Amino acid sequence: MTPEEERVKETVTMPQMRPVDVAQRRESQPLTRETVFDVQNVAANYGTNTAVKNVNLEIYRNVVTALIGPSGCGKSTFIRCLNRMNDEVASFHLDGKIIFQGTDLYGDGVDPVEVRRRIGMVFQKPNPFPKTIYDNVAWAPRILGMKKHLDERIEKALRGAALWDEVKDRLKKSALSLSGGQQQRLCIARAIAIEPEVLLLDEPASALDPIATQSIEELMHELKNDYTIVIVTHNMQQAARVADRTAFFSIEVGEKGRSGVLVEYDDTSKLFTNPADKRTEDYVTGRFG
Amino acid sequence: MAAIEAPLNLRGNKRLRRRQLVNRLAELIATLAALAAIAVLVAVIWAVAKRGASELSWSFLTEDLPIFGLPGGGIAPLLVGSAIIVGIATAIALPIGVLTALFLSEFSPRRVAPAIQLALDLMNGLPSVIIGIFVFGLLVDGHTQSGYAGGFALSIVMMPLIARSTQEVLRLVPSAQREGALALGASRWRTVLGIVLPSAFGGILTGTVLAIARAAGETAPLLFTTSIFANQISTDPRHALPNIPVQIFIWSESPDPEDHARAWASALVLMLFVLVTSLIARALYVRSRRKMTR
Repeated sequence: MTPEEERVKETVTMPQMRPVDVAQRRESQPLTRETVFDVQNVAANYGTNTAVKNVNLEIYRNVVTALIGPSGCGKSTFIRCLNRMNDEVASFHLDGKIIFQGTDLYGDGVDPVEVRRRIGMVFQKPNPFPKTIYDNVAWAPRILGMKKHLDERIEKALRGAALWDEVKDRLKKSALSLSGGQQQRLCIARAIAIEPEVLLLDEPASALDPIATQSIEELMHELKNDYTIVIVTHNMQQAARVADRTAFFSIEVGEKGRSGVLVEYDDTSKLFTNPADKRTEDYVTGRFG
Repeated sequence: MAAIEAPLNLRGNKRLRRRQLVNRLAELIATLAALAAIAVLVAVIWAVAKRGASELSWSFLTEDLPIFGLPGGGIAPLLVGSAIIVGIATAIALPIGVLTALFLSEFSPRRVAPAIQLALDLMNGLPSVIIGIFVFGLLVDGHTQSGYAGGFALSIVMMPLIARSTQEVLRLVPSAQREGALALGASRWRTVLGIVLPSAFGGILTGTVLAIARAAGETAPLLFTTSIFANQISTDPRHALPNIPVQIFIWSESPDPEDHARAWASALVLMLFVLVTSLIARALYVRSRRKMTR
């Protein structure tokens, strides 16, 4: 099949998008919320440069939390703090505290490798390994010693990422033969194959066409039953469609240069219809950003 | 407004024509330089092939070295010896070279890397005669010449080449792949082993083959370490092993014109080996690159 035909097939088999009404969704949220991340006065710095600061928020279990804001506001930097991905940058250091299920994420003796096993991440550009579809999903379970019932685990992950039906007959084919949208769903399958507690998505649809984007958004509604989801997006409509809670970040110009700040964090419906901060209002009404 | 202007002159004035001339001249000189490079290669191949081809035969490749003053004989011991020495060199240089490159591109702190990089570059530029003397002083002086010593000397030639080419191909592995692996809770080393190295495999192979081609022809390091050998096939690297470059040197110094012919023929064999391996390396490189950037 040519990529063109592939895409057409994808279109045809795509389930209908559920109508997402922000106001309606509010009722369906659980009344008691369990905090997964408690972010206390966090600032993320690269060397002497502060990328984002004054972040105070609580991220709740089985809820989709969106981080929005103009480019350069530090939302991607912040999401990378949540699984210690920033540790890969030598000059990075974090002020403040991130409590993950009662444990200080940056406390003594916390191993970033273990943190990342429990907090999965999907990146902006699909980055499947140059291996088969099967091995992409199987790689992490294998190295982490989850080799029992591997086939079942992989099927479950691929089903979880709504990819199984499209790839079940070609699991031994290269992952690079998939379309962009399929690759991104494969990356999601790869992340959930090791059963993380949280799924971080850093602009997961920004490199995808609208149809692939739709299927990723659709998927997030399914995934939040099992996972806590944090998504960075520059697309406000996307945040409105998928997120229960939304955090708006903006840029502040201070003495030490520009840095991102958390402006407002609230239920998505509230943030989009009745924002408390003028800057949020300007952004969501399209007057800025 | 509607004034009639003189027709536009697009033919250029004198200055433009002079600039064009300079341009042509520069192009011509550059082209000639490129042609000269090819001409030198063709001339070398032609000269060696013309003088060496007549001596080349199956028995030349399969027989023991000739006994001094007698006709006939072959270079089988040289081929076997050279293969063993280069094999030893590869066994030493490949892991060290690849690990050095991995250290540089995956693990090293930002401040350390340039120093090691520089060391590698200097090592690459080290005159091979100095490597020969160094290994002579280290392993041969006070002991005996040996295939091991020769292999070790050649490994010093090969190591920076392998490290360099490995480094280059590691740079081609997208960092998104490393991030993807790390985000799954893989350690750095696991990421390197499972994701980075498999992608870089083709490139590492290419670098190794190129280094082998280069090392196979190195003479000076072997002159000091494995140049006094028997004229039969020997495979014990604890003793000096016959090898092609040193024997070419010995024969070319000989007063016997028969030996000169043998030197040319051996040179032809060596040259063909180097050409073929280089071409293989090139093909491997193109293939692995295509695979990675797909």
